Amino acid sequence: MKLLVVEDDRETALYLVKGLGESGYTVDQAGDGREGLFLATSGSYDAIVLDRMLPSMDGLAMLGALRAAGISTPALILSALGSVDDRVKGLRAGGDDYLVKPFAFSELLARLEALLRRGAVTAATTKLRVGDLELDLLTRTVKRRDKPIEVLPREFRLLEYLMRNAGHVVTRTMLLEHVWDYHFDPQTNVIDVHVSRLRQKIDKSFDSPLLHTVRGAGYCLRVSGPSASR
Amino acid sequence: MIAEKLLLPARGSWTAPRRFFGNAQRLLRTHAFRLAALYFLVFVVSVLGVLLFVYWTSADFVERQTEATLDAEITGLAEQYAQRGLSGLIQIVAARSAGDRGDGMLYLVTDPGGRPLAGNIAAWPAGVPTHAGRLSFTTAARVKERVETHPAQGASFIIPGGYRMLVGRDVSDATAFRNRVKTTLLWAGLVALGVGLMGGTAMSRNLLRRVEQVNRTSERVMAGNLSDRVPLDGTSDEFDQLAANLNRMLDQIERLMTAMREVTDDVAHDLKTPLSRLRVRLELALLGPADGSGQTEAIRSAIDEADRLLATFNALLSIAELESGMRRDESEVLDLAEVARSAAELYEPVAEEKGFVLSLATEPGVRIRGSRHLLSQALANLLDNALKYAGGGEIQIRVLRGDGRAALEVTDRGHGIPEADRKTVFDRFVRLERSRSTPGNGLGLSLVRAVARRHRGTVELADNRPGLRVRLEFPELGT
Repeated sequence: MKLLVVEDDRETALYLVKGLGESGYTVDQAGDGREGLFLATSGSYDAIVLDRMLPSMDGLAMLGALRAAGISTPALILSALGSVDDRVKGLRAGGDDYLVKPFAFSELLARLEALLRRGAVTAATTKLRVGDLELDLLTRTVKRRDKPIEVLPREFRLLEYLMRNAGHVVTRTMLLEHVWDYHFDPQTNVIDVHVSRLRQKIDKSFDSPLLHTVRGAGYCLRVSGPSASR
Repeated sequence: MIAEKLLLPARGSWTAPRRFFGNAQRLLRTHAFRLAALYFLVFVVSVLGVLLFVYWTSADFVERQTEATLDAEITGLAEQYAQRGLSGLIQIVAARSAGDRGDGMLYLVTDPGGRPLAGNIAAWPAGVPTHAGRLSFTTAARVKERVETHPAQGASFIIPGGYRMLVGRDVSDATAFRNRVKTTLLWAGLVALGVGLMGGTAMSRNLLRRVEQVNRTSERVMAGNLSDRVPLDGTSDEFDQLAANLNRMLDQIERLMTAMREVTDDVAHDLKTPLSRLRVRLELALLGPADGSGQTEAIRSAIDEADRLLATFNALLSIAELESGMRRDESEVLDLAEVARSAAELYEPVAEEKGFVLSLATEPGVRIRGSRHLLSQALANLLDNALKYAGGGEIQIRVLRGDGRAALEVTDRGHGIPEADRKTVFDRFVRLERSRSTPGNGLGLSLVRAVARRHRGTVELADNRPGLRVRLEFPELGT
């Protein structure tokens, strides 16, 4: 997996390149918008991480130019501007996800993985499967080992999001954004309780748990066993 | 001292003309002056027009009257002559000439030799041609024992047989009238011009003065006196409107500046403590054994501290942004019940786990214009607070309406907030004694208030008997 990091702050860039490199990615780095655009149009990257405020060419302008050139490499925007309005602008300019600085590295990794996986599950899919757990998007039902499981509408969406990102870490912030459309973190551990309720339903009466807590990061839905690592 | 005094008049006499010309030059450049000049020009032209009209109508009228009287007289005499011949004419002329009738009519009939036969003129006036036609002449008139030469107008006729007749009219009154009209109009014109000039100057002065007021205020504001305002005349004319708008702009700027300064003060005051705590932790980690897990633990807790700091900082920025009104509008039409339902749905499991009962009571169709994101955040803060401080029991989210206001309430069954503290808890970093032991930054309610104000609403705390009732009110959107 090859990533392009466009970030002008040397220290942040170094931190990103090092961290992503250690996580198994091949990383190229550009220090400004022009260089970033040049690399993004010439090289073939699986995803781009770009800072919103860049010298010589603003991150959003660079993204606009890139999308205008017909290059649809998924892009994650990093920005110090965190209002909903700023976020909407970033996504309108062609960004696929938006992360407000400062961020935890685990959050960035989880989001990148979600971006990279986005293409894998096509929109036409009507059934999601993880191990023996099955979620039918049309009938909106959940089954495990062919035994129907009753879930509330919100739990269904929570499970759907976890299943679409199966095998990958999903952070609490990601769940709040995608399942509840809340772009802030409440002080109470609201998500944890929702997840543990869902866990009760899908894992309790089965011997192999699917929904795992990843300490300090978030949750991961995967088939247990030694093979199931990132 | 003396030298100074001696110098003064000389300096004055030099600077005075320079100042005058400087002022004059400045005046010429101003828009106000050009406006005044234009005004004056239009004024002069219209006054001149009116005066000329008055002159022509009045003088002409007198002239036409003279003509008409003469014509009537001549027609009358011609009829007499046609009916009664020369002797009849002489008789009627003699009759009309007798005594002063005060109408200034002049008559004279002479024989072919030029000797007068009848009339009130002594002799055919000198220099007046003897053939028939219209003519102007002068006549000697006796006015109060004095003989004056008066201008007259008339016509002469040749009567068959060589007799001649002169019919005229003394026009000295008409001429005098015309002259008086001329003088009057001239004076009126001069006065009008003077008034116009003064009016133009006054208008220009007034305009200049008011523009100057705006200029002076802007200069003072630029110099740092942000609370200065442009004085209003109270006339609510364009200048007053301009001044009022400028003042409103200055109000807003001042509010922004004050909000910014408050944030800076708060930050300086309340972020220093956690920052120094962070520093101490890192320093202790550095001092400890290099291998130990204690170091990892110290770094982890330092990161946690940094995260809390960042959260506080972000909250502060959001509040300041909301209060200053800098955030661009992201408002939409919202059903408050939807906002409440979504938050209740998110918090219900955690509330239950913590031993609360979270319930929802909503009136349908209570709509406001606002930001779902901001209102959800405010509601989440209130629910966080209730879960943190109420200890247990029922937490209710209510959506209701009353008096054209939409209300969103969160009530709990905890200890409530003493009446004395109900105002101050909204201030930044204010944490009541009871809550010191629980985690938090003292910004939750500040954000709630900022969100309420952002939506042109209010937030109030009340006693829920027992417990706390937080009521947010917004202008309701009509259906």
